[in-house]
Amino acid sequence: MRARVLVRPKQGILDPQGVAVERALPALGFQGVTEVRIGRLVELEIKDPAQLEQISAQLLANPLIEDFEIELLEDAPAA
Amino acid sequence: MKTGILRFPGSCDELDAQLAAALVGETVLLWHGDRDLQDVDAVIVPGGFSYGDYLRAGAIARFSPVMESVIEFAGDGGLVLGICNGFQVLCEAGLLPGALLPNANRRFTFRQVELEVVEGGTKFTSACPPGELLSIPAKHGSGRFYADEATLSELEEGGQVVVRYLPGQNFNGSLRDIAGVRNAAGNVFGLMPHPEHAVDALTGSTDGLRIFESMRSAVDGAHV
Repeated sequence: MRARVLVRPKQGILDPQGVAVERALPALGFQGVTEVRIGRLVELEIKDPAQLEQISAQLLANPLIEDFEIELLEDAPAA
Repeated sequence: MKTGILRFPGSCDELDAQLAAALVGETVLLWHGDRDLQDVDAVIVPGGFSYGDYLRAGAIARFSPVMESVIEFAGDGGLVLGICNGFQVLCEAGLLPGALLPNANRRFTFRQVELEVVEGGTKFTSACPPGELLSIPAKHGSGRFYADEATLSELEEGGQVVVRYLPGQNFNGSLRDIAGVRNAAGNVFGLMPHPEHAVDALTGSTDGLRIFESMRSAVDGAHV
């Protein structure tokens, strides 16, 4: 099965990457963008999706500083 | 004292760590794929970019075969020092509390920092007189120490905050100016600045040597 794990910095933790992007936008003429937060998207194929919770908590995210969300997708259509 | 210095793909400070440790005893480099710690008295997890810092700094290194042995070694009371990337690895491995986040200044920064030795009686700081200040270099992109408020207070009350940045020195935005912490048992210590780069007057400071001398005293004391 295909799955996606979305990892984001926990609320309240300063995200310097997000701040840098937010500050770059006005230079391009985009006004009014705030609260930019940058995370990570992990896409994978997995035989046993029940393992995803553990995989995410032990490796893909560090639960001290990051939250994660698991999204299960349809199987990829046969080529 | 025999010190083992770990070497991961992407380590870059292991030879300086070895040179520093060689000033206080024997040394051996330990490859990340080997489980055998070769009867060392202490382990140094050195700086660098283990496994390219993929995912998060230290996240992959903690699962290497050598780290399994280090976790066991630390559980048995063995001395473990983590420097920079080594500190990140020890946090990811759960041997030390907290995590290291990207610097608040958004830059990889290389500068000399002044540190206050908060806890002078530890196995890693016993050679520092009380109130000692250390001047040693720091160089990293992810050195912002973070833990939740309850953990931070617990660390302070338990004497686990070993070194702090002096006012004006905390360029990475570490909470409560924390530069290095130890575990509750006191045998594992991690810090972001690099004591191994400050052991020879040629490079401006020999303050880092105190850390290695302290470790030697701890090991010699345990052998008596």
